[in-house]
Amino acid sequence: MYYLYAFTGLLLLISFIANKEKTFRALKISIKRFVKIIPAFLAMLILVSIVLFLVPDETISRYLGNDNSYLGILVASFFGSIIFMPGFIAFPLCGILLSKGVTYMVLSAFTTTLMMVGVLTFPIEKEYLGTKVTILRNFISLLIALIVALTTGFFFGELF
Amino acid sequence: MKTAPKIVRILLAAGYLLFISISFFIGFEPGVKIGNNFISFALEMVKILPIAFILIGLFEVWVKKETVERHLGKDSSYRGYIWSILLAGTTVGGLYVAFPVAYSLFRKGAGLSVIFTYLGAAAICRIPMIIFEASFLGVKFTLIRLITSLSLVIITSMVLGKYLEKKCYQMQKG
Repeated sequence: MYYLYAFTGLLLLISFIANKEKTFRALKISIKRFVKIIPAFLAMLILVSIVLFLVPDETISRYLGNDNSYLGILVASFFGSIIFMPGFIAFPLCGILLSKGVTYMVLSAFTTTLMMVGVLTFPIEKEYLGTKVTILRNFISLLIALIVALTTGFFFGELF
Repeated sequence: MKTAPKIVRILLAAGYLLFISISFFIGFEPGVKIGNNFISFALEMVKILPIAFILIGLFEVWVKKETVERHLGKDSSYRGYIWSILLAGTTVGGLYVAFPVAYSLFRKGAGLSVIFTYLGAAAICRIPMIIFEASFLGVKFTLIRLITSLSLVIITSMVLGKYLEKKCYQMQKG
């Protein structure tokens, strides 16, 4: 993370030395774009804060540990889609679930939907892609996640 | 879904703020928990977003449209996909950072298939995340997931991009 700050600072400095005017124009664009999208981010944060309260980690753990793996995939995809969780929380959680006996294919469905399908990021995505394409992209992503889960199950011998 | 009128949205946000403040004041636990969720995620984003938007600004000013068109445009062949996946691998944060970047690429003339590949890849193969995943779930798991999902992302992006190009689809504002 700190490398990124340093890298950005360095780029700004180089840009400033090369052309002051262009650099100011760049910063103006940055601020304009950022301010424009802030309401959508706030909407997302409000949704995220409420949903994470309603669906805490313990709930997820309880439901993913289902005996029926096929049902588990569907439940995992559902949670993965409606929840927003950064990787540094999600993967340790999956590690714990794995040690509790949750199958690889269920975890695969969960992590893939978590990464690709974003119900809670809808307010932001819609601003850029439009409502129709946002829904289309998320639907395709959900299908991809299901196929990925089944493939994972196949390679880990959990399918049959 | 239609967006609610501005005034409704402002009222909802104000109601939320009021609920959280009162909860903190009187110690209403659910409200405090929700407020803490909000703060922790907001902080996480405040760390990343300004950097992302500064880089986007610099990109808009310094990178020529022809360059993007040549490497990521409609006729860039397989190279466009490789570039977009590499770019996605180094994207930080998550999809919420990738959307504004995708918009910049679109304005500079990148092809829609390449852009959707970038978005998909930014979701599933950011390098820091892959390392994390492999250390908790194993290399085999990560490789299977990566290879399967990435190939599906590329295939579906090609189809989706072609389809939307035919419909003269335009990305919105930013």
